Amino acid sequence: MFDWLKYISDLLIFNLIGLSDQSHIGAALNFFIYDTIKIFILLFIITFLMGIVNSYFPIERIRNFLSRNKLYGMEYLFASLFGAVTPFCSCSSVPLFIGFVKGGIPLGVTFAFLVTSPLINEVAVAIFIGTFGIKVTLIYVISGILLGVISGVILGKLKLEYLLTDWVKKVWLDAEKENDKFRTEKLPFIKRVPYIIIDAWGIIKSVALYVVIGIAIGAGMHGYIPQGFFEQYIGKDTWYAIPMAVILGVPMYANAAGIIPVIQVFVAKGIPIGTSLSFMMAVVGLSVPEAILLKKVMTGKLIAVFFGVVTVCIIISGYMFNLLF
Amino acid sequence: MNVKILGTGCPKCKRLEEKVKAVIIMNSIDANVDKVTDMEEIMSYNIMRTPGLVINDKMVSSGVIPKDEDILKWLKEA
Repeated sequence: MFDWLKYISDLLIFNLIGLSDQSHIGAALNFFIYDTIKIFILLFIITFLMGIVNSYFPIERIRNFLSRNKLYGMEYLFASLFGAVTPFCSCSSVPLFIGFVKGGIPLGVTFAFLVTSPLINEVAVAIFIGTFGIKVTLIYVISGILLGVISGVILGKLKLEYLLTDWVKKVWLDAEKENDKFRTEKLPFIKRVPYIIIDAWGIIKSVALYVVIGIAIGAGMHGYIPQGFFEQYIGKDTWYAIPMAVILGVPMYANAAGIIPVIQVFVAKGIPIGTSLSFMMAVVGLSVPEAILLKKVMTGKLIAVFFGVVTVCIIISGYMFNLLF
Repeated sequence: MNVKILGTGCPKCKRLEEKVKAVIIMNSIDANVDKVTDMEEIMSYNIMRTPGLVINDKMVSSGVIPKDEDILKWLKEA
């Protein structure tokens, strides 16, 4: 799909600028140009596609769907799936949470949504395809959705409602099934496109700098770190590598945009992919800023249980990735 | 006229505030703009995505930064 781009970046770096394809700087620059353009093309395609989905299924509609229908256990899967397709902004997580509670949606189902939402988002998916390819992206997405479902079911079973903050408990008790019909604008597709493009552009603009920095660091490392460099330190049989990577990753707050290109180089230079994926999930899925925001609706204990359950699930999935690959 | 911007301080909320203020000044509309950052008050508007735009206690948009002409239309209708 991107052969033409490889051709152009080779031409530019090795022929026009005249750097040798054996030199570090040449390899790094070539990698940088190729990856940057490729990732921005993918970013535009994916944010646009996700924008179309969101234009037809805004969050209010999803909430009403989960609130009104009896889904016989499938609600966890739906919530996790919806979490994957809605764009995530950490500053929206609290209104989202309260909105779900208001609609009488069980806490576990809300958690399923809350886990998947940051984990799988348009920016992460686009950069994932660009750096790791379709296969790894699919595995990441599917396991992210499963992770949301499993964490949601476990957290639901724990009956943690009593650990919500007082004002949220009140909202919880007053909750009722959403009956007000969500008014959807009957805009034809062609009229929606400009709005979708403006939104997509806004998202791309807000992550562009992180993407470029991430790729630049990745490109630098790519050219200078020898092949298989990390293998001597962290191999598949280093059993403690996964828990260590995950626990290191949880408090970290990095834009998915910046971290994925760097992780890709780690994988290319010998760190097992399962270890890297679980590190990624920990960095993107859980973070200290998110915990601070959630403090408004949850007691510290509830946040600790929430983060604990998700952390354990990520660690387990890390071992499974390493078994699979 | 009373205009409220609901948001906890994300970049989108700030941009919406600037935009609304600009539209009000440019069209010399008589309105005061309040920024609501308290989560409980924000949630009383049944909003699920910030930023929210409230004109005379009626929510006109949430989760998006509307176009200037839309903002002007809502301000004139209110």
